[in-house]
Amino acid sequence: MNSTTSTRDFPLLKVQVSDRASVAAPVTDPKVTVESLTVRYGRRVAVDAVTLPIYRNLITAIIGPSGCGKSSLLRALNRMNDTIAGVQTSGRVLLDGQDIYTPGCDVIALRRRVGMVFQQPNPFPKSIYDNVAFGLRINGLVHSKAELDERVERALRQAALWDEVKDRLDRSALQLSGGEQQRLCIARALAVEPEVLLMDEPASALDPISTAKIEELMFTLKQHYTIVIVTHNMQQAARVSDFTAFLLSGALVEFNPTPQLFTNPADPRTEAYITGRFG
Amino acid sequence: MTIVEAATFRIVGHSLRRQAMELVVQALIYLAALVAISLILLIFVFVGRQALPVLISPAVHEEVTLGELFLPQEYGTSEVPLRYVWQPVSVDPKYSLMPLFLGTLKVTLVAMLLATPLAILAAIYTTEFAPGWLRETIKPVVEMLAGIPSVVLGFFALIVLATWMQERFGFDYRLNAITAGVALALAVLPILYTVAEDALGAVPRSYRQAALALGASPWQTAWTVVLPSALPGVFAGVVLGFGRAIGETMIVLMASGNAAITSWEFAEPVRTLSATIAAELAEVVFGSPHYHVLFFIGLLLFAVTFVLNWTGARLVDRLRRRLAGVER
Ligand SMILES: Nc1ncnc2c1ncn2[C@@H]1O[C@H](COP(=O)(O)OP(=O)(O)O)[C@@H](O)[C@H]1O
Ligand SMILES: [Mg+2]
Repeated sequence: MNSTTSTRDFPLLKVQVSDRASVAAPVTDPKVTVESLTVRYGRRVAVDAVTLPIYRNLITAIIGPSGCGKSSLLRALNRMNDTIAGVQTSGRVLLDGQDIYTPGCDVIALRRRVGMVFQQPNPFPKSIYDNVAFGLRINGLVHSKAELDERVERALRQAALWDEVKDRLDRSALQLSGGEQQRLCIARALAVEPEVLLMDEPASALDPISTAKIEELMFTLKQHYTIVIVTHNMQQAARVSDFTAFLLSGALVEFNPTPQLFTNPADPRTEAYITGRFG
Repeated sequence: MTIVEAATFRIVGHSLRRQAMELVVQALIYLAALVAISLILLIFVFVGRQALPVLISPAVHEEVTLGELFLPQEYGTSEVPLRYVWQPVSVDPKYSLMPLFLGTLKVTLVAMLLATPLAILAAIYTTEFAPGWLRETIKPVVEMLAGIPSVVLGFFALIVLATWMQERFGFDYRLNAITAGVALALAVLPILYTVAEDALGAVPRSYRQAALALGASPWQTAWTVVLPSALPGVFAGVVLGFGRAIGETMIVLMASGNAAITSWEFAEPVRTLSATIAAELAEVVFGSPHYHVLFFIGLLLFAVTFVLNWTGARLVDRLRRRLAGVER
């Protein structure tokens, strides 16, 4: 079943991944395939010919020192880079085998399939309910108030926030704590039922307890979603992810199952980074 | 004197001089503020004193009472009842303020209904859709529009706009509430636009990013996220524009036709409160009831604008707090 490129380019994929992986399913063809992706801001190259598979129902971590292009790579996966002036993208990103950069691609539909959580919690200055309902409403995904209620509740439950907020759904989301706001943003992204969830340092602005909650959440979410998380925190990558990609100056240095990358890195630069010798 | 002593002396002298300078500057600023505030108070007291006889002077009440200013009267015949008439210069002067209120209301309404959506849409376009260079061009151009003297706008309305609108819409009267309202909209638009643009521009980028990442189109993002987040600021602009529209004199004086007619018909000539003062105060007999009534109108205008701004500011504050989640 494996496509030829992935078996050839990534011989290590057959390795049993992280022992905490809740699904011990064999690795199949990737949900997303990044092929020689280059992202430039004007003349500055932020992502340099990166090729990378992202597997279904697994968590892929992107690590690397600050400014190495992690966010740029992540934003290329739902074309959020399009919203930044002067960005040029080349190469391909295949979602279920379809290149999202072909001219006819419906970016709005793409972003519904590939959700995103940002580094700083960014709830709208609306009620908790309206935040979660936002994506459902603008995309016309529900047909009745009852259905909307139900999907808002489901999303909040998935984000492990329901019990905390169920009595104050009409309160402003800005009244929540930072950790709650970030889980609300996760719920908001989950409400439209994306297939892939991109998270850009989702816990970097949070306290340790909130961070732990979000990491816990990711384990339960990966049963239903394919998750890509950017983090500059190596412990976090080691704790949560199944695969890890290490970027340096925009280029992919190493992509391997997380246990292997952290215990037995294939590249000396990876070893230098994870042992804290630079970055 | 040693070198060290000399240096110390110089430093101390220097800082003393600076302190003295600062005191002088501070005093000047206080003085300027004092003069400005006292002048405003003086004007207010002056207008108030000239308006007061309308409330208390028996001599004025012989010709016009408060009831006559505001309540329906029996001026006409039984066939043609005339309840509200502004005819201060006639054998039997009539002083109903109703036609003037109505005129102000009609012109202001037209101006605001026209200028508000236009300004907001234009502001949304500039902050959300226009490329950088265009944004940098539009804003100063519109701000320049705010600098056009209103007599020029009035002149334009009188000569060009009125003719064009009459031909286009077939008005019976060349000068009417709609034409004056359109001209007034031109004066209000830049204020509204500038404030709205600032408010929209201040909405955090992260809100837009969040909306776009959820599959919202740029228009949906602008309409459902950016505009609601900027609402307090946009509303403040509307209040400001409203105040300007009510008080604006020259444009309506020139483009409204100045007939004090009491009707809800918008295509008829109108006379506003402000234009009435401007047109009649120069020729009124000093100290006459008419004179005092004109000042009374001025006081009313002042009160209306004050109440409007005050309620507006409170509403803006409420909106802002609700947005921040402090209040439901
Ligand atoms: N909007 C932008 N305009 C210009 N350069 C940018 C922009 N965003 C990022 N960059 C540059 O691209 C490189 C990668 O940035 P980024 O993807 O944010 O890195 P990371 O997320 O790993 O910290 C950096 O050198 C950064 O300066
Ligand atoms: Mg980043």
